[in-house]
Amino acid sequence: MSVYGKYIVKKFFWYFLTLVIAVTLNFLLPRMIEGNPVSMIVSEMTQGMTDSDTIKRVYETFLVEFGIDKPLWEQFFIYLKNLATGNLGTSFGLYPKPVTEILASAVPWTIGLQLPAILVGWIIGNVLGAVAAYRKGVFDKVIFPVALFVNSIPFFTLAIIMLYVFALSLNWFPLHGGYDYQMVPTLSFEFFASVLRHHTLPFLSIVLVTIGGQAIGMREMSIYELNSDYVLYSKLLGIRDSKIAKYVFRNAMLPQITGLALSIGTMVGGSLICEIVFSYPGIGTWMFTAIRQLDYPLISGCTLLIALAVLLANFTIDLIYGWIDPRIKAAQMEDQ
Amino acid sequence: MNSSFRILIKSPKFMFGACMLLAMIGMVLIYPLFNRNDPLEMIALAYQPPDSKLLLGSDNFGRDLFLELIYGIRTSLQVGLIAGVFATVIGLVIGLASGYIGGIIDNLLTAITNIFIVIPSFVILILISVSIDSRSSFVTAVIIGITSWPWTARAVRAQTSSLRNRDHVNIAKISGYSTPRIIVSEILPYIASYVVMAFVLQTASGILSEASISMLGLGPYNTISLGIIMNWALVFEAPVAGAWWAFIPAAISIAIITFSLYMMNTGMDEIFNPKIRS
Repeated sequence: MSVYGKYIVKKFFWYFLTLVIAVTLNFLLPRMIEGNPVSMIVSEMTQGMTDSDTIKRVYETFLVEFGIDKPLWEQFFIYLKNLATGNLGTSFGLYPKPVTEILASAVPWTIGLQLPAILVGWIIGNVLGAVAAYRKGVFDKVIFPVALFVNSIPFFTLAIIMLYVFALSLNWFPLHGGYDYQMVPTLSFEFFASVLRHHTLPFLSIVLVTIGGQAIGMREMSIYELNSDYVLYSKLLGIRDSKIAKYVFRNAMLPQITGLALSIGTMVGGSLICEIVFSYPGIGTWMFTAIRQLDYPLISGCTLLIALAVLLANFTIDLIYGWIDPRIKAAQMEDQ
Repeated sequence: MNSSFRILIKSPKFMFGACMLLAMIGMVLIYPLFNRNDPLEMIALAYQPPDSKLLLGSDNFGRDLFLELIYGIRTSLQVGLIAGVFATVIGLVIGLASGYIGGIIDNLLTAITNIFIVIPSFVILILISVSIDSRSSFVTAVIIGITSWPWTARAVRAQTSSLRNRDHVNIAKISGYSTPRIIVSEILPYIASYVVMAFVLQTASGILSEASISMLGLGPYNTISLGIIMNWALVFEAPVAGAWWAFIPAAISIAIITFSLYMMNTGMDEIFNPKIRS
């Protein structure tokens, strides 16, 4: 097997193990709720319902889904079997809609918002950070404190402030939602424009905060690299500045890629809360609703999906990293 | 320790952050002595704008938002500090154990650390918070602490395992020092600066986590925190009502606290790692 192939297999094994643990936690933690969750939840959600037949039907649905009368390990296997067939249970809040259906409608919005926002923020942040470290002087003195301040603003805070300034006071952008209410999703130009207009504010608020954090990290890495011996040596050799900058940038870039992998969980979490502020129809907003309604199947469906997405993103970044970092190939060669 | 403290005072970044934080803490401690009202008391109409009597206006229940803000900052700082202590201590113990003992324990602990770095702590935080019925601010802080240790553990492990085979540690071993004594006198002093910095960062991220989880409606009960103030503002549609005073001051308070903590951390970083000074 090739060196890179071995690296992939090894990584895959670790991520699979991590996934198993994430799924187990997702199963176990909500079952720590004391008492019989089914009767508790059903009594809560059927408040005001008078039809005893409906109440009984609701109760039975969840009894079967949870398998509450069986031992814990058997419940776990039922849970795994359901997962494997793509069944995440029935939502309490939107009974009898299945959780998978709700999530499927939310995923495109969340991915469409977060993936471009995190990538754009990451790229701009890295460029700014590298330039700040390289140019120093006034540029650095301005960019660094601003980036530090923006980075310490929580995602949702910036979102709230932007919502107030640009949507409420200036009326430049819509207040909430993913598209205009009166529109029916079609492939028309108007619909697309409406989606874009609703997309702008949440997108910008995620991008800005991401830029802050990435610029700080990249600046630090670049300063560290600029102070190292090979830069001085190259300068003494008379190598052009632009060429040295390229060396420095490439070396400082690698830890930034690892950094992206490690912080992607936090970023996704923060962006989900951004969605709530803008009532954007993604996973975050659904989770907000689910928590308010104590809709456990939907909450646990959301957390599972988030964990899965973050693991997948990490795995992808690890694969890219193994491909572009020569040291990993070298280390694998030594092992052989 | 004394001399490093003297150097710290000379760092403008550190002093700026520390002064801002101290001013915040001072305000939070002193103001309730003058204004002895209950922050949850309803004293005005809903969403009254700020005036000379109500410094930051009132919220949807007609409560004094400035007083709420003061109590909110206090809770948020407490939660952040407790979470920071828990995360740092757990991370330190696991990092030291795996770095110093090595072998199979190291492999095991490193694997666990790596797994919990990848599983988003945000998700575990939500799952635990949903499952616990009565959350005091202390419980919330502990939950945040036990979900955010992996970073510290990983860094402490890396430092410890590189220190383990140094000459002074070997000499201590030959001299028959006990393991706890070696760790306290030969390892800890070398990673102390790092641990203090990690604690500052963990406190900042603890405050952010509390705010995020409270925004979702999973915050501590029977108390006011900055996240809870913003949750109320969102649930009762303060932005639509145009009541900026219901959420902007709380949002900016969080930003100022975390900013001052980050500033302190950067200041310390530049002093303890001369290599990254520009």
